[in-house]
Amino acid sequence: MQKRFAGIDIGSRTIELVVVDESGKIVTSLQADTGFDPMTAAKALIHDVPYDRIMATGYGRNLFEISFDTQTVTEIKAHAIGARAFFPDVLALLDIGGQDSKAISLFESGKVKKFEMNDRCAAGTGKFLEIMAKTLGFDIESFGREALLAEKELSISSMCTVFAESEVTSLIAKGKNRREIARGLHTSVIKRAAGMINRVSSDGDIVFTGGVAKNPCMRHFLAETLGRTVLAPEDPQLVGAFGAALLARDIRDIM
Amino acid sequence: MSEDYREMWQSLGLDLAGHDALLGVLGGAYQDIFLSQKNRPAGMAYFDFVMSEVHGLRIRELLDEKKAGRKIIGSYCVFVPEEIVLAANATLVGLCSGADFAMSEVEKLLPRNTCALIKSSFGFKLGKVCPYLESADMIVGENTCDGKKKAYESLGHLVDNLYVMDLPQVKSDHGRALLKSEYLRFKTEVENLTGVAITPESLREAIQTVNKKRAAIHRLSALRKADPAPISGLDALLANQVFFYDNPARFTDSVNKICDELETRVAEKNGVFPAKAPRILISGCPMAVPNWKLPFVIETSGAVIVGEESCVGERGTRNLTAESGNSVSEMMDAIVDRYYQVDCAIFTPNPDRLNHIREMAAAYHADGVIHYGLQFCQPYLMESIPVEKALEEKNIPTLRIETDYSMEDMGQLKTRIEAFVEQLR
Ligand code: SF4
Ligand code: SF4
Repeated sequence: MQKRFAGIDIGSRTIELVVVDESGKIVTSLQADTGFDPMTAAKALIHDVPYDRIMATGYGRNLFEISFDTQTVTEIKAHAIGARAFFPDVLALLDIGGQDSKAISLFESGKVKKFEMNDRCAAGTGKFLEIMAKTLGFDIESFGREALLAEKELSISSMCTVFAESEVTSLIAKGKNRREIARGLHTSVIKRAAGMINRVSSDGDIVFTGGVAKNPCMRHFLAETLGRTVLAPEDPQLVGAFGAALLARDIRDIM
Repeated sequence: MSEDYREMWQSLGLDLAGHDALLGVLGGAYQDIFLSQKNRPAGMAYFDFVMSEVHGLRIRELLDEKKAGRKIIGSYCVFVPEEIVLAANATLVGLCSGADFAMSEVEKLLPRNTCALIKSSFGFKLGKVCPYLESADMIVGENTCDGKKKAYESLGHLVDNLYVMDLPQVKSDHGRALLKSEYLRFKTEVENLTGVAITPESLREAIQTVNKKRAAIHRLSALRKADPAPISGLDALLANQVFFYDNPARFTDSVNKICDELETRVAEKNGVFPAKAPRILISGCPMAVPNWKLPFVIETSGAVIVGEESCVGERGTRNLTAESGNSVSEMMDAIVDRYYQVDCAIFTPNPDRLNHIREMAAAYHADGVIHYGLQFCQPYLMESIPVEKALEEKNIPTLRIETDYSMEDMGQLKTRIEAFVEQLR
């Protein structure tokens, strides 16, 4: 029987589990909300999934390491490995998740060359878009599609979630078009993300991962702003867990 | 720390409840960060003892010195020449500013966007928890960064013994002349305080004492070039921190003793981390006791710190003062020459610092450099960008960290440092 290797990415909003076989093919992938108790959620997720070795990543990796006595890898390296498995030649990566974002540049070999992470607050992350979608009365799944339908954008000056929210509220009160406001909000997140990517990598294709990469408006305008091709894997949220699973496969010392 | 110090602390005007709280946190952190390390050199026991008695026995010693007529001078910067202080029969102590304290009081006097070091020095004063500060007969401030410069104006209202030294911002003939005239003014001030005139003999002896202390640290630093590293960066940092508090002669002996032990370790290839562990040079703002946050994160992420380009580290201790002068005036010139080389980021331009970082990275075989900037510290944060660029051009991986004394960013810090260490493997 083939061996199975798992990667678990314990993020602040969601947990992803990916299991690969010896050839690195994904055989199982699951997702759950992190909730208030990440370890219970993680335990539930791996409960019925057979694997020979697991590697943890994401902000909850150290807790998982203690509870399950496994090895860990940072989300930076896990994403780099996962992204390269999807797009073998790519040298730059942008990940925007629930509460953080990061830009990574890679050497040709796939090793991490340089990375940047966002500051402590939620500005420019999935959380920001989520709150703004709610304020505007869109659901998060359709937020990007709606924003893409706007004919122009209304610029939003504040990146701080709290201030941006009141800015949006007052624009709505003035009777402004919700889609145009939505477009403006996307643009402000894109500007920030573009700045981050530009600081680590100046040209070439970019792999876009994390929950926010599912948003078509983000993908479209990110590519337009940067003048670079933006590639997104089919399920961009799995990339970290996938990378961790591949790494679990590749460490031979314990076997 | 034993109970019998309470009376002493009370007599110094400390706030006992606040002080207990501070010592509690300090003791806990020390336990978790230092005592939990594996395979520490036996000689570190001395530093453990010093740290456990940092507000106890050492303060008693200082108070005994005071009783015997010696004066205590506190300083916030490595530009305050210990040679002059010792030669006039006084003792110099560093005023630690490595923990947040009484922050709500501090923010009544300082803007929020002031660096943690400055805020901390105010917190220790306002919270009445620093026995060094309260024992000092003279507190020396210095015109370095804008934050400190302006903060001393406010500190002047809280203490009645503040003396402010002016310092150059440019390395030029004028700059050097300013430094010299300020050191001469300081010399007179210290002589007035102690009533002891500095003689060629006392100044020479003081220069030798301080040089020995520095030379001991140089010896320690050189041993850290070995792979595997014979001592952790945390322990070496601790020695650099104790440099500012301890009796100089005893400190010198203790560091040399550790070095004897480390020489054996190096010969036996006995390290605190496995050979080939990623080696990191830290560069940037000073780390005062008990600011151990970043080194702790680094060394619990599998890398070893092999040097500190910092005022609590090699920027502060490198270069000896020439001992060849015959007269006070010749020796004062030698002191000016020595301190004039300190490449603090308040200088503009400041190419020496970048050169020194490069030199250190090569000498200590560092695989990467972590630039440590305190949030709101303009001089070092400004320099961090060109420093990063210059190092990366030489293919030295560099990570810029901007942080403060709070624990809020520990998770993110850990991820960034771990990822950087993965990058170096
Ligand atoms: S960094 Fe500059 S201001 Fe601070 S102690 Fe060093 S020399 Fe003084
Ligand atoms: S850390 Fe920076 S801002 Fe703070 S006192 Fe030192 S030089 Fe000034």
